[in-house]
Amino acid sequence: MGIAADVLAGKAAAGARAITWLDDRDPRGAEVIRHIFPHTGHAHVVGITGPPGAGKSTLTDTLVAELRSRGRTVGVVAIDPSSPFTGGAILGDRVRMARHTLDPGVFIRSIGTRGAAGGLSRSTHDACLVLDAMGFDVVLVETVGVGQDEIDVVNLAHTTIIVGVPGLGDEVQAVKAGILEAGEIFVVNKADRDGYDATVSQFELMLHLREQSRPAEPWRPPLLRAVASAGEGAREIVDAIVAHRVHLDETGAFALRSGRREREQVLALLRDKLAREAIAQAGDSILAEVEARRLDPYSAVEQLAGQVR
Amino acid sequence: MTERPRRRLRVLLAKLGMDTHTVGITVIGHALREAGMEVIFTGLKQTPEMVVAAAIQEDVDVVGISTLSAGHTRSLPKLAHLLEEAGAGDKLLLAGGVIPEEDKPLLHDAGVDAMFTMGTDTRDIVRYLEEWWARRQAAEEVA
Repeated sequence: MGIAADVLAGKAAAGARAITWLDDRDPRGAEVIRHIFPHTGHAHVVGITGPPGAGKSTLTDTLVAELRSRGRTVGVVAIDPSSPFTGGAILGDRVRMARHTLDPGVFIRSIGTRGAAGGLSRSTHDACLVLDAMGFDVVLVETVGVGQDEIDVVNLAHTTIIVGVPGLGDEVQAVKAGILEAGEIFVVNKADRDGYDATVSQFELMLHLREQSRPAEPWRPPLLRAVASAGEGAREIVDAIVAHRVHLDETGAFALRSGRREREQVLALLRDKLAREAIAQAGDSILAEVEARRLDPYSAVEQLAGQVR
Repeated sequence: MTERPRRRLRVLLAKLGMDTHTVGITVIGHALREAGMEVIFTGLKQTPEMVVAAAIQEDVDVVGISTLSAGHTRSLPKLAHLLEEAGAGDKLLLAGGVIPEEDKPLLHDAGVDAMFTMGTDTRDIVRYLEEWWARRQAAEEVA
């Protein structure tokens, strides 16, 4: 298959088209994955998440620059929200990364959430596989601005960076549940702003509580400062990314996480496929019965599941 | 059933050259989003080479260039030529902003598919894109 071979050869246009197919759930996308999957599992997938306005795109830009200066090639998947009403989206993350546009060692792709909750799109994992197969050493996944528990990126990435900023009031509150328990690297960006010390104290407290509740956890998440707009902090953050990769390799967790992620993907795809098949077989009538409150949702699921047995 | 899912139209919007007036391009971006399209912004002061690289990475169907300063008679033909050279000549190339009437034939011949100058109703742009997209998808269906 031409496109898959071109993806494996690292051709940008082929990789880009494969991601489009996967994003559009075009069957040709699955065909590409079938061909490239044996060649994946090498890229270090790093998630970057945090509340809106934390400077995730600017930070991503500085991390790309630092990784490139160390000779690593970098793929970027930048996610922005799609309108729940029209399905349209403004995808503006690459504006902050424009200086890397002509670098053949960098590939940036913007993706809309297209109705998925959790800070990612349904296609994000597949996009990472394509970039992995194209040969990028590191894949940075920038999520939409997260609220309380959008932690899908934690399951997707080998390493997750949580970005906070001073001055959002209870912004630690905004990232606490799930996110703070899950991240491996913590960054307070815009560190030249008022309120930096208070924000750092809040993060330190949270991390201290996390350590106490998990004394056996071998990785101690670093808390780093950054002024991404001035390029400050990128070196330390990339050092931490590299250190975490070493840790993952030494403990065998790199392969373990990659494998677990694929398991999750199978289950997600299966749920999708079975649901579509059940509805296709049964038509709309069972759903209409529930809508009219003549049938309860649990009984409806039993009837629908019976359609695909 | 093997019906092909309907694709979502992706549009890259960029500004070439040194002018920094973003109101027009921002308004158009939001109008296209309201029409259900995915709009990718690349930022200011783009070169034709940067627009081509971004259009390929984003696999957009449409490239829209806003131009409000002189220089479009050189930069737009160059962009059209580079797109063609990169194997991306099938993307729809649009230009908007300040384009003198007398420049239009030259730009059209150079590969700019349509031009929407100052005062164009955004709904006309949306309609143009929707009609083009319907024709393109019908052609793909047959192919």
